[in-house]
Parts: sequence; structure tokens; C-alpha cells
Amino acid sequence: MNAHYGDRQVLHNVNFSVAEGEIMVVMGGSGSGKSTLLKHLLGLQKPSSGSISLLNQNIAELGRKQMMALRRSMGVAFQGGALLSSMSVGDNVKLPLRENTELDENTIDIMARLKLELMNLAGFEDLMPAELSGGMLKRAGLARAVIMDPKILFFDEPSAGLDPVTSVELDELILQLRAALNMTMVIVTHELESAFKIADRITVLFDGEVAAMGTVEEIKNSSDVRIQNLINRKPRDKVVDADAYLQRLTAGGT
Amino acid sequence: MEISRTTFKQYERLHLSGEIDLHNSSVLRETLLGLLGGGEHVLVDFTQLAYIDSSGIAALVESFNVAKKQSLEFKILGATGSPLQVLELTRLVSVFPMVENEHNL
Repeated sequence: MNAHYGDRQVLHNVNFSVAEGEIMVVMGGSGSGKSTLLKHLLGLQKPSSGSISLLNQNIAELGRKQMMALRRSMGVAFQGGALLSSMSVGDNVKLPLRENTELDENTIDIMARLKLELMNLAGFEDLMPAELSGGMLKRAGLARAVIMDPKILFFDEPSAGLDPVTSVELDELILQLRAALNMTMVIVTHELESAFKIADRITVLFDGEVAAMGTVEEIKNSSDVRIQNLINRKPRDKVVDADAYLQRLTAGGT
Repeated sequence: MEISRTTFKQYERLHLSGEIDLHNSSVLRETLLGLLGGGEHVLVDFTQLAYIDSSGIAALVESFNVAKKQSLEFKILGATGSPLQVLELTRLVSVFPMVENEHNL
């Protein structure tokens, strides 16, 4: 698929598939196109060309009701948790069940508490989001994302802003969720340690293109200098196109 | 999901097979609560169960709590594979009485 913001192309011929039960980590530096790719996978933006299929359905061809039905099979954990500030943590976590199922309220209560227990948030269900720390908000967001045991989980930057111990615990939890529920996961991150621990395969984006795709070992052993720089945390070499640079400084533009 | 019922020793034995998910877990819940409401000891047979999601687990938790309050026995038999992993993930293996096979009953 290709994607544009106005005239500017932000994703170039991105092509990949994720197998059932697989954890695909999408890595790349800032501005590499990770977030744009995620928005397209979630159906929040449409590609300028190409297509995206989720659970064997081309999302561009789905009507509103069909897309809503598909979204019931998907969980999304946003970077900051994205909880509704006017609802308690418990009500936030229960919301997808109340909106999409006719389960008994006792069942919903227990399901929410099970997920809060998993996220080490037992006893926090009556608190408001404003009363939680950043890490707790992220875990509460994950609890809500998995409350319906989705077939596919999309997770934006699971480790960002977490202390090292909480980050490792979250990685373990991701692996346990996959093992127990056979969840397919697409995880966007720039945290190398986390990516290498949880990924079955990694897609590395650079400047909107897939620079490499493979297992952890294949990515670690890549001969691509850009990937080695990413792994070894080296800054990108900036090749200066003198004319273009002068043009940008004097007349603006990209 | 399919549920069939037999009697084994003092238990009403529920044989679960297939997959228990959001679409059918309410049937399991109603069956379990119905048995417990009738004062039956319950043995939930996981031997043929391929998958159970959180809504199915919630039905088991609620039913187990009812059984405890009524001093009725409630045991899970033969959990393996994915269902066992779900029980382990939720740490419920330390809550439910788990039995590997019927010879241990």
C-alpha cells in the first residue's frame, strides 16, 4: 500500500502479512511512518493505493456496520491509554462489553476484574483516570483493549514511558496473552529490547519504506547500515544535497 | 460449543467441547447456575475443550463462588492446552480445585 498526506507520500509500497497468533513488531525511528501505518491498519485512514485485509476482509470494501463488526475482533491499546476521563477505570474497561455484547452484568464485572488483575490494577476499578500514573493508564488501556479477547491486538508503543521493571512485566504479559488466547499482535515500538523479546518477526520502517522484515536474528544480523545504526543507536548519516538545502532555507518547503 | 451431562460419583459432570466465547458463554453460565441452584455437586470436564475465553472463565468464577457459598463441590477436570493456559494466566489454577483425571476423584 501507499499513503499520502496531501501531496507528500508517507508510506511507499509497504507490503506485509501477519500470521494467526504471530507477534509482528513494527520498528523505526521518529517519522519513519510507524504511526501512519498503524492508523491505516486500524482503518482510520485509507491508503492512496493498495489494500489492507484484516481477518480475510478487505477493509476498504467494508461498510460501516461491517467495519464495526470487524472492530469487535480487534483490540487497540493506544500509547497514553486513551481512557475516557469522565468514567471510572472499571467502567472504561467494561465499556466494549456493554456496547457490544448482551452479557450479564455479573459476567462483565468479573471479566473486567480478571483483566485488571492481569494488569496489576486490582482494586483500582473505582478510581478515575486522572488518579492513575502514566504506566497505570497504559495498563488500564491494555485491559480495555483485551477485554473482549480480540483476535488481533494492535499496540502502540507498549513500553514508552514505563520504568524498566514494568516494561519487562508488560512484555511478559504480552507473551502470555498470545500463548493463552492465540492473539495475533501488531506492536509498534521503538524500544529495541522489548521488540527483540516479544517479536516473532520485525518489520523495520525507514522514511515510509520497509527497510527489512524478518525474525529477530535476521534483523540483528542485517547488513543494512540503517538497521545497524538503529540497533546500535547511532544517529543517521545526513547526506546534504546542497541545492535542496539552500532552497529550503531561502524559499521553504521540503 | 457443546455441553452434555452425565453423572459421575456424587457429581453432575458437564462435558464441554469446542470453543466457549462471548457468543455462547451465557449458556454455560445458565447451565452451571441451574445445576448449583438444584443443589448438585459439579464436575466441569475440560477434556474435549479446545478454547475458553474470559467470558467463559467469568461464568466459572461466578459459579464456583455460588458453589462455595452453598458448600457444594465444584471441580475442573482434565484441563490441558489453551484452556489450561488461560487458567494459568488468570492464576485461577490456584483458586479452582483442578483434577487431572477422573481416577483422582
